[in-house]
Amino acid sequence: MALRTFKGGVHPRYNKDATFRKPITSMPSPGKVVIPLHQHTGAPCEPLVKVGDDVRVGQKIGDSKAALTAPVHASVSGKVKAIAKHPQSSGVDGLSIVIESDGQGTPDESIKMRTSVDELGEKELIGIIREAGIVGLGGAAFPTYFKLTPPAGKTFDTLLLNGAECEPYLSADHRLMVERPFDVVTGAGLLMKAIGVERAVIGIENNKPDAISALREAAKGDPGIEIAPLGVKYPQGAEKQLIFAILGREVPSGGLPVDVGVVVNNVGTAVAVKEAVIDGMPLVRRVVTVTGSCIKEPKNLMVPIGALVNDLIEACGGIQIPPKKVIIGGPMMGIAQYTTDIPVTKGTSGVLLLSEKEVVVEDVLPCIRCGKCVDACPMNLMPLWLSGYQEAGRFDDCEKLGALDCIECGCCSFVCPSRRRLVQGIRLAKAEIRAKQSARRG
Amino acid sequence: MEGSGLIVSSSPHQHTTVSTPIIMSDVILALMPASLAGVWFFGLPALFMMAVCVGSAVITEAALEKLCGKPLTVRDYSAAVTGLLLALIVPPDLPLWAGAIGSIFSIAIAKFTFGGLGQNIFNPALIGRAFLLASWPVFMTRWRWPIYEAAWIPRFDALTTATPLVLMKYMKIKAPYINLFLGQVAGCIGETSALAILVGAAYLVYRGHISLRIPLSFVGTVAVLTALFGQDPVFHILSGGLLLGAFFMATDYVTSPVTPRGQIIFGVGCGILVTLIRLYGGYPEGVCYAILIMNAATALVERYTIPRKFGEVKKGA
Repeated sequence: MALRTFKGGVHPRYNKDATFRKPITSMPSPGKVVIPLHQHTGAPCEPLVKVGDDVRVGQKIGDSKAALTAPVHASVSGKVKAIAKHPQSSGVDGLSIVIESDGQGTPDESIKMRTSVDELGEKELIGIIREAGIVGLGGAAFPTYFKLTPPAGKTFDTLLLNGAECEPYLSADHRLMVERPFDVVTGAGLLMKAIGVERAVIGIENNKPDAISALREAAKGDPGIEIAPLGVKYPQGAEKQLIFAILGREVPSGGLPVDVGVVVNNVGTAVAVKEAVIDGMPLVRRVVTVTGSCIKEPKNLMVPIGALVNDLIEACGGIQIPPKKVIIGGPMMGIAQYTTDIPVTKGTSGVLLLSEKEVVVEDVLPCIRCGKCVDACPMNLMPLWLSGYQEAGRFDDCEKLGALDCIECGCCSFVCPSRRRLVQGIRLAKAEIRAKQSARRG
Repeated sequence: MEGSGLIVSSSPHQHTTVSTPIIMSDVILALMPASLAGVWFFGLPALFMMAVCVGSAVITEAALEKLCGKPLTVRDYSAAVTGLLLALIVPPDLPLWAGAIGSIFSIAIAKFTFGGLGQNIFNPALIGRAFLLASWPVFMTRWRWPIYEAAWIPRFDALTTATPLVLMKYMKIKAPYINLFLGQVAGCIGETSALAILVGAAYLVYRGHISLRIPLSFVGTVAVLTALFGQDPVFHILSGGLLLGAFFMATDYVTSPVTPRGQIIFGVGCGILVTLIRLYGGYPEGVCYAILIMNAATALVERYTIPRKFGEVKKGA
């Protein structure tokens, strides 16, 4: 049987061998953490603590009244040392709460296990998920409670869990599925309850047979949860491509998954939901794959949110080759950093330290119109035209050709034999189009 | 680690290893079976022609770039590809100086004046051939016996003969399939051996450099139309420049559509034109002109065959 997948895409070298067999280990408790107040899509949080305050693990230290936001919590116990701007992986220096750890890891008194969750209704579950500060852990960091609340007139029929992990190098989700399949399934059940659906499908790329069998085993007693092995192709885990592969539904252009009755969550998010609802613990830690040829011992680390990348590198035995590029996330969509003095945020799935050998800077040659970008584009766009119009400043033409549909997966730039900066150009075009649109709206 | 020379760039940070120079050198590699077949069947003059055409193409490109203060691009091998392709689509007895002029014309006029690699509207090698055919028609239609003589070919004099398409069109003599397939017929240096061409083409397909959309729709259209007009489709597929043209010329990235549907339209258009020229035109062969005419239509075809975006809702639906 042909595996379910989508049209287009590319096959990058996966480079997961260094970590995918390694169990998740906890990093040594860091001396300090830096918790940005804005690590999610939506409005930044206001600090709820002052410098000098004592905080405990799981204590809410930042929140906002905005409709779209996610509160942040202390991930260690200790003292607030500063509330100041600090470099962040997104590239901006965001206001952050610096906590000096007392090394105790004392949980806040508000953290209580729930022995019975059956009586919790949809609204209560979504409320718990919001208060726990849960956002999409796949990398986009979109507040989960917001996704779970359908806009008026729309309903869900299926929950999808994304265990594709199609980004090269990363294995955090893979390990989570292998080691904690019951938490994934429990989280899935809670999410299903929160959106009122009877059906969930967990999509996993077929190169993770151990994760597939572990989850099949864990979901045995639950007829509503199906495990779907997927073709191994990047970007299999892109939301729209995942929905198409599993359900054959196309999210309409400009629309959201809810338009086809679906909500997609990362498997890591499902685990966070389980921890929030059942253990009562907000999102204060996550799994990060620390890898790349510069790292002495690549690892999958359980990391408190706000731990500094420098400390992660230290926890992996340090650096063996000087890195030429530091990437937060995967090599296809991750963000290159100018420093390692940045904290892990909720959306940090990986830290990649690439050496000079892996960061080949090649000359850009003229477009030879090979059409490989057209064949590779999972959104069926014409990257060479979009980038051409962008270079010519013809943003209206970019918009007509669907630049805003671009999911920025980078397949076009990946396949381009002339190394043209296709997706990079399209990103610029999107920014121009959005600026024009908001100017038009006044 | 601040200021430690980290490279900051926009994603993706990983690329395929396939590059434009690699594609071009793969095309040269894929043309080797046809080139060797040319030397095998027509002797050293074929080899000299390839050397002259490739050499003058590369030198012309380098000289013009130097003259105009442009970056040197001969290392992308595209000029060498053009030179080699031109050598494969001229008769083995064409004087070497004519080959050189054709090659210079290909690069200087058909490629460089349009803006160089990626910018030309017409396939440079085919323009070179069309130029030679218009300028020295006698040289361009004088055909040599293949070295491995085949008994069926009528001998006009000690050296010259005619191509299977000419024999078919004007004398109703049909070359046997086996000779056509192996290449024991008169013709252009690299066009006679279907076997050699297909081996090279298979390599390009295997490497993922060309899709079969253009070649199959091109050859398929010729097969269907010639059959409809009461001709032998197998003969037409194996004769002349059809296979070399379909797999190596019509698939030229720069001058053919990038859209999947556009590629099929392009191939079908080439097939229709080849059949019309072969059966009703003044020339016995029409692959060169068919592709050039479709090259002119490429931008238009592309514009009308933009793929449906993922998630695009049909208007009115």
